[in-house]
Amino acid sequence: MMVIILDNSNTRVVVGMSGGVDSSVTALLLKQQGYDVVGVFMKNWDDTDENGVCTATTDYEDVAKVAAEIGIPYYAINFEKEYWDRVFQYFLDEYKAGRTPNPDVMCNKEIKFKAFLDYAEELDADYIAMGHYAQTTTDDDGVVHMLRGADGNKDQTYFLSQLSQDQLKKSLFPIGHLQKPEVRAIAAEYGLATAAKKDSTGICFIGERNFKQFLSTYLPAQPGKMMTVDGVEMGTHDGLMYYTIGQRSGLGIGGNTQNSEPWFVVGKDLATNTLYVGQGFNHPALMATSLDASQMSFFTGHAPAEQFHCTAKFRYRQKDTGVTVTMNGDQAKIVFDEPVRAITPGQAVVLYDGAECLGGGTIDLAYNDAKVLQYI
Amino acid sequence: MAHIYLDNAATTPMAKPVIAAMTEQMEQDFGNPSSTHWFGRQAHTVMDASRQVLAASINARPENIQITSGATEANNTAITEVAHANRDKGNHIITTAIEHPSVLKPLAQLEKEGYDVTYLPVDEAGHISLADFDAALDDRTILVSVMTGNNEVGSVMPIQAIGHRLADHQAVFHTDATQAYGLLDLDVDALGVDLLSVSAHKINGPKGIGFLYRRAGVNFPPLLRGGEQESKRRAGTENVAAVAGFAAAVKLITPQEKADRQAKYLGFKQQIQDSLRGAGVDFVVNGTVEAGALNHVFNLWFPGVSTYALQTNLDLAGFAVSGGSACTAGSLEPSHVLTAMYGADSPRIAESIRVSFGKATTTMDIAQFIQALIKIVTRLRAKAAK
Repeated sequence: MMVIILDNSNTRVVVGMSGGVDSSVTALLLKQQGYDVVGVFMKNWDDTDENGVCTATTDYEDVAKVAAEIGIPYYAINFEKEYWDRVFQYFLDEYKAGRTPNPDVMCNKEIKFKAFLDYAEELDADYIAMGHYAQTTTDDDGVVHMLRGADGNKDQTYFLSQLSQDQLKKSLFPIGHLQKPEVRAIAAEYGLATAAKKDSTGICFIGERNFKQFLSTYLPAQPGKMMTVDGVEMGTHDGLMYYTIGQRSGLGIGGNTQNSEPWFVVGKDLATNTLYVGQGFNHPALMATSLDASQMSFFTGHAPAEQFHCTAKFRYRQKDTGVTVTMNGDQAKIVFDEPVRAITPGQAVVLYDGAECLGGGTIDLAYNDAKVLQYI
Repeated sequence: MAHIYLDNAATTPMAKPVIAAMTEQMEQDFGNPSSTHWFGRQAHTVMDASRQVLAASINARPENIQITSGATEANNTAITEVAHANRDKGNHIITTAIEHPSVLKPLAQLEKEGYDVTYLPVDEAGHISLADFDAALDDRTILVSVMTGNNEVGSVMPIQAIGHRLADHQAVFHTDATQAYGLLDLDVDALGVDLLSVSAHKINGPKGIGFLYRRAGVNFPPLLRGGEQESKRRAGTENVAAVAGFAAAVKLITPQEKADRQAKYLGFKQQIQDSLRGAGVDFVVNGTVEAGALNHVFNLWFPGVSTYALQTNLDLAGFAVSGGSACTAGSLEPSHVLTAMYGADSPRIAESIRVSFGKATTTMDIAQFIQALIKIVTRLRAKAAK
């Protein structure tokens, strides 16, 4: 039997190490495969408190421990300015426009796979690698395709949906074929310091803090009227930006005598600063049959056809829905096979063909047949 | 891969005679110098002999040398305790904008307590002006703390001139001589300083040991309490082995050795500048190259090349230089020294590295470093131009 041993030692891979278990195992696997591995920690947000403590410190300490355990050099890079300009401003602008932004999608597009990739190339990297649950495959023409992560529960292609072919060609996802428990088991087997570390939750710059309080420090809240779609006043809201389409909690209204079903946010009108509420999880105003999307981006560089049928996700970890996509430049009309609840402007719509993630765009408008739903 | 160390302003490797002195001390004695038995006396003798060596190195008397855990403790003690002890005489302190954080942070704390601190500005060469000093000095001034030489750009401060001005003034004069010790001849009487801080690990001695010189008559309470060591001025059982190592390191720094090093390091600066110019690599020196400076420090600006990329690439190629001080999360803090010299908006702050030479640095090391530096800077500039 002929054994081909690939020599990866001249291939430099710069790994984005966050101090979490996923990127720790990413670096470990690459090192085991013989690559010239360099770990780099990104500091994107300054959350130094009045005692001079910032959460990034503990994470960086974990990077240091893991890198020493694996035997790779590690460094840090500061992208606070880039993050502020390219992600946080977008985040605030979207809220100001009455939409619900997705900073993780933007962070991947602008920071992890752009600013970081640029920096890695300055370090003479051949590839960057991230601890995302996603997989890639290269076809006979050399085109890289994005595949869902093997762990259906952890698949992160939704957040990677705005990446270009050029970005994908430079990226490795070494843990994409693994299940999360397998990743933890590998970390434990090799005694990595992060093996049992809790996964980070929430948006990186907000962390565990109170979202409403955080947002109110950057955007002035404008309380306004809360009404039913039939025009009945139901009280006041604290500011439209605090509410997401389809959200239940926080309305402060109980059921009434005729109907004990809970109340949900079913619409927003930025012009009149009105929050619309309705009773019932599947309130008709929450049900959409199609949407308009912009900034459509495909990993291969182009849509499969001018019109095609595939499946879609409208938020992370949602079940796929069958859709028909009609392209118009970088915009698309996406018609659902069956109605979908709480389509939220500002969020990503991501398209799939079986295991392959095709790409995605940003939701601008939701429709119920021909009627635009009052969501911004 | 060979690793070449060009970050000697951060710390230096211990010299062989230092390791030998410490090993001997650790193997032969372990006594507590305060103990009144044979073991204690053995250790006490080592302390006395070492203190003589340390005192002689700055023309001081042994009883005026207070051993500390390093320059950070010496600076903290000097500044905080002098300010508190002289509160009845005034609340004004003069320092420079380019001191080490172990001077600036205690001063920031004193400001919170109501003291008034004047930070003398520096010019683009990293020099303060005596006219600024004279304008700042008044009869409320109780403390002047000016470093002997700067750790980032190597500029030397007019210590003797300030000493003369303060000869008949109430203000206590402190100088942080950490970087200058081992390169410049320091005589506390000639300089007219009352307090002087140094650290052993910058001169091929061990880490965690240093001293504070205190002129007779300058009194203030101890920072660390709970023991009668160091003539009741610094509590805590003495680190005898480190003190022995410190003295061994000091013995190696003869006046000739200092002069030789200064000349050798100036030669390295010339070698680097000539080679970069010869290769057509665009660069600017932060500060100036001058004979009387601390020549072991060389700070260079490579326009358009980020400190992160340059320092990291050099490290990956085996060359250790400094990109500035890092925060606890690893990212670089903008240099307060370069900011003071060139303004907060200067691109230099994010595009400079510090190279610092030591006793073991060779011309061959520098030649290899220059080769790697040229290659990396050229590649980064080519990438940026794309």
